[in-house]
Amino acid sequence: MATRTSSRTAVVTLPTDTQIKIVREFHAPRPLVYKAWTTPELIKRWWHANRGKATLAEVDLRVGGKWRWVMVTPDGLEVAFHGEYRELIPNEWIVYTEVFEGAPDGEALNTLTLTESGGLTTAIMLMQLKSREDRDAILATGMEDGMQDALDLLEQVAAALA
Amino acid sequence: MTSLVSALDMSQPQVSKHLRVLREVGLVEVREEGRRRIYRLNGERLKPIHDWVREFEQSWNERFEALDEVLEDLKAKEEADGDKDEQ
Repeated sequence: MATRTSSRTAVVTLPTDTQIKIVREFHAPRPLVYKAWTTPELIKRWWHANRGKATLAEVDLRVGGKWRWVMVTPDGLEVAFHGEYRELIPNEWIVYTEVFEGAPDGEALNTLTLTESGGLTTAIMLMQLKSREDRDAILATGMEDGMQDALDLLEQVAAALA
Repeated sequence: MTSLVSALDMSQPQVSKHLRVLREVGLVEVREEGRRRIYRLNGERLKPIHDWVREFEQSWNERFEALDEVLEDLKAKEEADGDKDEQ
């Protein structure tokens, strides 16, 4: 039962000057996607995006609870994010703040919405920034990363499906 | 133009105004066919904008591809828990 992974891609749009929207479908029921997004040992397995090794995923999953996720790049650089959960509806909806500790002024307010239809879960993440400059800084972080990591992972995934 | 007006649910003057701005910065091009004005996107001018977002998109793609693997494991685990007798 090989599922095609490569056909599912994240779609990034910029609804306003201070927002980033990321939409992606997952072939899994909604509670599993929620679980993978909120369970420390599972977060560590995917959040690194191949840019390093996730070394810490703290999650205090309640309104007002704090989170902090840390990864270390191959160069030994520590990249850390933290924030606070503001609204939670289990399996459906998470509103949380997010601060990149390297640029602590640019706090984002993120809303993750999960909807499920026929075993397919759509995750919509809306990042609300305080200014256009903050938004552009976040978008620019991706520029440093090459394509090679992506191709390597794709190859791994393909090999795992074969 | 007519199809844009209906697709965007905006008035013709509004659409004209937006198109004029897009044309001035070179993001769309226009040609006239009889009484119709045909607009097309200028891919070359749009590419830097596309590239800019694409790199960010790429990091999320990698993240989500890893998440797919986590989800496959969770699904397999659930199936195994609910159906231990099989094999």
